[in-house]
Amino acid sequence: MAKRVRILIAKPGLDGHDRGAKFIARGLRDAGYEVIYTGIRQTPESIVATAIQEDVGFIGLSLLSGAHNELFPRIVELLRRENAEDIVVFGGGIIPDEDIPQLKSAGLRAIFTPGATLKQIIEFIESCQHDRNLS
Amino acid sequence: MSDQIDFEPIETARQQWQETVLADALSKHAQRDEEGLRTASGIPLQPLYDPSDDDPCTYLERQGFPGCFPFTRGVQPTMYRGRYWTMRQYAGFGTAEQTNARFRYLLEQGQTGLSVAFDLPTQVGLDSDHALAQGEVGKVGVAIDTLRDMETLLAGIPLDKVSTSMTINAPAAVLLAMYIVVAESQDVDWSVLRGTIQNDILKEYVARGTYIFPPDPSMRLIRNTFAFCSHRLPKWNSISVSGYHIREAGATAVQEVAFTLADAIAYVETALGAGLNVDEFAGGLSFFFSAGSDLLEEVAKFRAARRMWAHIMKQRFGAQSARSMTMRFHSQTSGAALTAQQPDNNVARVTLHALAAVLGGTQSLHTNSRDEALALPSEDSVQIALRTQQILAHESGVANTVDPLAGSYVVEALTDEIESRALRYLEQIESMGGMVRAIESGYVQREIADAAYTYQRQLEEGKRVVVGLNRYVSTQEPRRDIMRHDPGLYDAQLARLSEVRFERDELAVLHALRSLRSAAQQEDQNLMYPIIDCVRRYATLGEICGELRSVFGEHTQQGVV
Amino acid sequence: MARAITLIESGGSEGEALIDLLYPHFGPARIIGVTGPPGAGKSTLVDGLLTELRRRGERVGVLAVDPSSPFSGGALLGDRLRMARHAADSGVFIRSMATRGHWGGLTLVTTEAAGVLQAAGFTTVIIETVGVGQSEVEIMSAADVVLVVLVPGAGDDIQALKAGIMEIGDIYVVNKSDLPGAAELAAVLRFALRGEGNPALDESEHPDSGHADSGDPNTLPGPVHAPQIRLASALNGSGLAELMVTLEQTEARLQASGELDRRRRRRSATELERIAQAAVRGWLVDRGIVPVDPDQLLREFERDNRGPHRFIRERLEEAIRNGNRLSGGASK
Repeated sequence: MAKRVRILIAKPGLDGHDRGAKFIARGLRDAGYEVIYTGIRQTPESIVATAIQEDVGFIGLSLLSGAHNELFPRIVELLRRENAEDIVVFGGGIIPDEDIPQLKSAGLRAIFTPGATLKQIIEFIESCQHDRNLS
Repeated sequence: MSDQIDFEPIETARQQWQETVLADALSKHAQRDEEGLRTASGIPLQPLYDPSDDDPCTYLERQGFPGCFPFTRGVQPTMYRGRYWTMRQYAGFGTAEQTNARFRYLLEQGQTGLSVAFDLPTQVGLDSDHALAQGEVGKVGVAIDTLRDMETLLAGIPLDKVSTSMTINAPAAVLLAMYIVVAESQDVDWSVLRGTIQNDILKEYVARGTYIFPPDPSMRLIRNTFAFCSHRLPKWNSISVSGYHIREAGATAVQEVAFTLADAIAYVETALGAGLNVDEFAGGLSFFFSAGSDLLEEVAKFRAARRMWAHIMKQRFGAQSARSMTMRFHSQTSGAALTAQQPDNNVARVTLHALAAVLGGTQSLHTNSRDEALALPSEDSVQIALRTQQILAHESGVANTVDPLAGSYVVEALTDEIESRALRYLEQIESMGGMVRAIESGYVQREIADAAYTYQRQLEEGKRVVVGLNRYVSTQEPRRDIMRHDPGLYDAQLARLSEVRFERDELAVLHALRSLRSAAQQEDQNLMYPIIDCVRRYATLGEICGELRSVFGEHTQQGVV
Repeated sequence: MARAITLIESGGSEGEALIDLLYPHFGPARIIGVTGPPGAGKSTLVDGLLTELRRRGERVGVLAVDPSSPFSGGALLGDRLRMARHAADSGVFIRSMATRGHWGGLTLVTTEAAGVLQAAGFTTVIIETVGVGQSEVEIMSAADVVLVVLVPGAGDDIQALKAGIMEIGDIYVVNKSDLPGAAELAAVLRFALRGEGNPALDESEHPDSGHADSGDPNTLPGPVHAPQIRLASALNGSGLAELMVTLEQTEARLQASGELDRRRRRRSATELERIAQAAVRGWLVDRGIVPVDPDQLLREFERDNRGPHRFIRERLEEAIRNGNRLSGGASK
């Protein structure tokens, strides 16, 4: 049996707007992935601990408060410290375009801004999976 | 007017029209697909409505006159012929100084009420120097740690003249205490203060997420503020029962009405349970709704909500005074309806939303800025948003007669339909033991999540069209002139907080906090008074909420995906 | 460790090798099963048990099992949401598992995953499943002691009886005990458990265990142990400390009566049986004797259409004639 793709959908920071995160979680389930959903107000530390315990291949972060520049890179950094940088991290939320290059150089593999579709996210996951299977 | 209107000739004629003219037209051109012919909430619309959809014999019962039961047509007899709605733009960001400057700007521009947005650490009762506050200080609103910040926020603003709305829930009692202590220092008597605290914790559990304590102690804090306001701040709205966030979380218009009313019923019950008289506090209840793009449904929603509330207060709770039965509400244009793509289109959307709120008889209105889906609104965008309201008021003419869409066959039919669908929800919640239990069981969250998921799927499948998002897409570059946060803000706020901690009388703070804790342990104590005492001593918001946390515990998410 | 569980879940030879390697360390940890219908508050109860167990210095692993979608194969695993406050505690390890469509049974996978946790030094393992289907009920055979969680007013009493949950519980927890109907549900349970021939006991009524008349519990004519009924409200924490006491007493009783040992041996026997079945099937699949997809086998059977036993037997005989040997190793 093939190893299933497991994805953690997490909300760091304090904002409670989980409509987007819930939609993505459900949508990915319906696309055949195993999705672990942590709920709101997660610290970077708890997100990383969860990702490791759950042995996920991906972490999707959702944040609408504007704290992405602080919290997203912190999560990638903690993963690196735990030798878990093989986990692909992507983010979404109200993120100005000019913040994206900075987030990507911090290790975020993709940023999805308002209007991004589930289909785009799935395509991204599949292309990462494809690369993984090649390596 | 005769007792019975004879609809038969109309029905016969309609039948005939359907079978000949309509059938003929349909045989040549099919109608658009079904999803597009429903309201945003999924209520199917008939090809047309006619007098049989709005029986004038039931006019008094269903519509009546403005200012009179059941208030379908409005809460005041003259509505906007007397005074326009309050134009109230929600603002707040960064430090107290910056927000204070924005408030003064808005007042100069002709705004008539203040609306304070707080940052997330403040909303969940944490100080700016708490570990969880990192990255969040001053982001979605102003950071308030102590009375010092509130003094700065309100400097030079005449608190006896403005009405102030504070979007604060779990720690509402603390922020209210800070506000009235500042008023005192301006020599303004508490009894003349006008404003609102949102104070609506139940919707935090289902939609907005900034809760602190579990439901039961949270309801106690609400009871305490009700009692305090009804005795000491008679002009203050002690709660703003909010459907807005429920709707923004993806609920339908029907769910927005139903869940908001269910929350309100729970608040009334908790107050009655505490021994308050219904007419003593019910006048202090206000509401807050979203205004979305489906104009007809939205107008019907506001009218249905008003009528339902009047019935609930009169029949269920035996209210006597008309004020207790009137649903006064603030509205805000829908944030979820705005797009980051082609942001200037949002100006047209906001106009539509604002029109719905005005036609629906709102008491005050916030119009969103076009760049809300990108980041904090810029000053230019805020001005356009305010001007949109002013154009509606002074140029459109819709404010010159009361409830202008009444008697529209479709609007009346939709008003009835929304009411009956919302009533079904209320019955369901009742059978589960009330709203607190329904929330604890996850029922409400699940209903909202299902509706949100359905809607989003329809969008992605193109069954619902949002211009610029999934149709008429252009590759135009997004706006660049959006507002950025000041990176030095965090350090400045921390410096201010440690300064206050250094200057205050530490022993007095400790003493006040200890009194608060012991009051919290006694169910019959009104916590407003010990909280005011803590605030006066410059205890921080985090310290005050920390004492309460140690007694009440913390709520953990009963999330349902 | 997390990766080890992934290997076990994926069911390949790597996972098998790992189990053999770790087997000597599969330890004496207790395994608590928690099941009940959806919405009964299982995760919240597990969250409360975690707090109690941590207070006692235990290191606790949680295996939270949720069903995979039969349509997409995906799963939405949200149980740890309610245990969020333990997320950063290194003495707690929470793993969400989807039921997938496991060959050899999910029970085997959970048993082995629990073994890995034991080997890693976790002293208690909690397995949580939704008790709606037979397979979920079956998972509970991986546990030493089983808690069944029910709530008043959900029609659970009837559902529970249907799902066979009434046969597997050692302790029945009436959760959300502040809701109206909690006492009634407890009464229904008491009646139902007695109806099964068990002298179900509520310790508030019967302070002793009911077996005081005999020195050796193994020689008792009746059931070795009686299910307990407890009221609790996981959300506000009431009744949890008492529940822990009941749990410990029940374990002690199971141990004293030898039932615990019997359960563990039965579990090992079942485990071996399942491994054998899976190995034989794997062997057959490797040699192309049966296809990996059960539907394909069905299609071939339908073409053949001569009775299922004969169909399989002839396939096997043919394979043996063609010189396949069990020791031959995988052919591909």
